[in-house]
Amino acid sequence: MNVILKLLVATVALTAALNVFAAADLEVNTPGVNAIKQSMQARHAQLAGHYNSGAVGLTADGLIALRDAGAVPLAQRQAVNALVAAENNDRNALYAEIANANGHPEWQAEIRSTFAQRWIQRAQPGWWVQSGGAWKQK
Amino acid sequence: MKKIWVALPLAAFALSACVTINIYFPAAAAEKAADKIIDEVWQTQKTDQPAANQPAAKETK
Repeated sequence: MNVILKLLVATVALTAALNVFAAADLEVNTPGVNAIKQSMQARHAQLAGHYNSGAVGLTADGLIALRDAGAVPLAQRQAVNALVAAENNDRNALYAEIANANGHPEWQAEIRSTFAQRWIQRAQPGWWVQSGGAWKQK
Repeated sequence: MKKIWVALPLAAFALSACVTINIYFPAAAAEKAADKIIDEVWQTQKTDQPAANQPAAKETK
């Protein structure tokens, strides 16, 4: 009887340990993630000025958007739109790639919302971020 | 009476196996991973460049 009790405890402990181990980490160091990261890093040099001017802001869903077209000279507007679209493509791909690389495509929404919070929290003073549906300057 | 000592461990195993399959989202790890990627994309490593406040200084006439 004692043996069976010990076996029971050992079984529960073992499966619990397995469970914790499986959920401990998130792999982001894959060729796919790194390629997207580099592309975004290169684009940031062009985007930073638009974040500073308020033309482009960070949205609540982990993307960016043209917030104030008036802050961009007419001649540059198309280029900025293209920048925003390319950045959003990369961001969507990044969230999907991280979820897939970890074998959990269903985590994509949670990864996106985690990133959305962190992008906004770490935005520099003066940048515009979306909060509760409205734009707010940090 | 003896049967219960076989059934109980089996039930416990089945229950914990259910928990194992249903792996939860590692929120803390995701936050750390996001910060790491954001640092690299925005070039805001606190340890390397303490005075990098203005990534793109804009000339205003």
